[in-house]
Amino acid sequence: MFAIETRKLSKYYGKARGIVDLDLTVAKGEFFGFIGPNGAGKSTTIRTLLGLIEPSGGEASVLGMDIGSERKKILSRIGYLPSEAVFHSGMRVKDVLKLSADLRGCHCDGEAKALCARLGLDIGRKVEELSFGNRKKVGIVCALQHRPELLILDEPTSGLDPLMQREFFEILQERNRDGTTIFLSSHILSEIQRNCRRAAIIREGRIIACDSVEALARSNAKRVTLSGEAELSGLSGVRDLKCDGDSFSFLYGGDMDDLIRCLGRGHVRELSIAEPDLDEIFMHYYEEDGQ
Amino acid sequence: MTIVKHELRQGRTSFCVWTGAIAVMMAFCVFLFPEMKGEMDSISDAFSSMGAFSSAFGMDQLNFGTLIGYYAIECGNVLGLGGAFFASLCAAGALAKEERDRTAEFLLTHPVSRARIITEKLVAVILQVIAMSAVVYGVSIGSIGLVGEDIPWKELNLLHLAYFLLQLELAGVCFGISAFMRKGSIGAGLGVAIMVYFLNLISNITESAEFLKYITPFSFTDGADIVTEGKLDVGLVLVGMGIGALGIAAAYWHYGRKDIQ
Repeated sequence: MFAIETRKLSKYYGKARGIVDLDLTVAKGEFFGFIGPNGAGKSTTIRTLLGLIEPSGGEASVLGMDIGSERKKILSRIGYLPSEAVFHSGMRVKDVLKLSADLRGCHCDGEAKALCARLGLDIGRKVEELSFGNRKKVGIVCALQHRPELLILDEPTSGLDPLMQREFFEILQERNRDGTTIFLSSHILSEIQRNCRRAAIIREGRIIACDSVEALARSNAKRVTLSGEAELSGLSGVRDLKCDGDSFSFLYGGDMDDLIRCLGRGHVRELSIAEPDLDEIFMHYYEEDGQ
Repeated sequence: MTIVKHELRQGRTSFCVWTGAIAVMMAFCVFLFPEMKGEMDSISDAFSSMGAFSSAFGMDQLNFGTLIGYYAIECGNVLGLGGAFFASLCAAGALAKEERDRTAEFLLTHPVSRARIITEKLVAVILQVIAMSAVVYGVSIGSIGLVGEDIPWKELNLLHLAYFLLQLELAGVCFGISAFMRKGSIGAGLGVAIMVYFLNLISNITESAEFLKYITPFSFTDGADIVTEGKLDVGLVLVGMGIGALGIAAAYWHYGRKDIQ
């Protein structure tokens, strides 16, 4: 049984595309990444799985249960962290945590306290006084305090400082080791690379790649920037070549040895070989997809 | 009951302000009565002979010189409008505010069925309307006692019952509106309350617009009818309750399948 399984899942908002024929499987116990640019359909997918919106076509199940007919049962066994955590104004953090626990019918004071302590969250504050990052922490505790079997996280680290991000991912790794399935939606590739074993890339509502993270990263090109003289015409795997005087910049997807031999024949003053930024990786998949 | 409690806590300030304001106004009106009673003989004649204006407010049928006549018109308008506004406001916000304030995602990703959310929110609205009516009823009776008048129990109870039913109907209608709207539901709710109030004035003024009395719940709260007849117009009340029930049914029907933003 899969933690998440969708078959030809589609959602249109009127005529506007949300997601199209999405086929996705996430095994139980996986730490799964879901990558895509803004507006690609990440949140639409998640909101459909949670039953907030009704799919226009296809079907999906979460923890083996149908998202349409068994919504309540599904929600009792998952934890969800929205990309923008908003709570009822006038409430204190502890009231929000209590409300969330009461709605789930669980007594999880101990777990909530431990999480608040690890995240450095003051439960006496009013939620509307909190910064974006601190509100996010409230959302994290709400998603985790009942120890769900499946965690669905929508851009969880936005607003968290680097130390907090590290602590947060440590908590996630611990939960994952204890058997929790984690579905992490993000547009930050490094986050996915560090934490996930498998990932899917979504673009314009469709899954364009789904594989282990190593395999996805391997097919990634590098951004090569150099100044000096070099003859690149014989080199295969060069894309997006930009020349400016004797400076070159290009995406390289070929064999590294070939590149080094080729550059060795010229005269290179400066050289940097770096991970391309996220846009470029998406571009890479887009082009692959287009071919 | 978690959501009922949560809703009551969220609506606490609005409840206190509205209930307090209506109760104070009611008490004021009653306290003014002894002073006006002496001058009433002449005023009553004047009030009852202003043509359409008199009939709009039922002043052609009621005697301003008696407490119940005065109460049915003056206090009736305060409680009628105030109560209608409060009930509409309370119900119109109930479902829509979650999407407007973007808290719907939080609420609806907990293992609670939408039907239960609707039911608990509706219960919270009705409880607030009941509590407001009870407080205002108590304050009104207390102030009549304070000014030393005999309490006309039967008419007073009928009047307050009628206004309570009016609030229920408007709450039902506005609750339905609340399920369909994301923004502007409060404005729509107040608009409905004002509209039906004026429809009643119109239906009182001209015979040709009498059919309006089936649309506006203010028709069965008409103080003149209640005091002179000594009972509520059951037919109008039933139509009103039916309209309110339709609003609630629409809320269940639509909110159960709606895409949440």
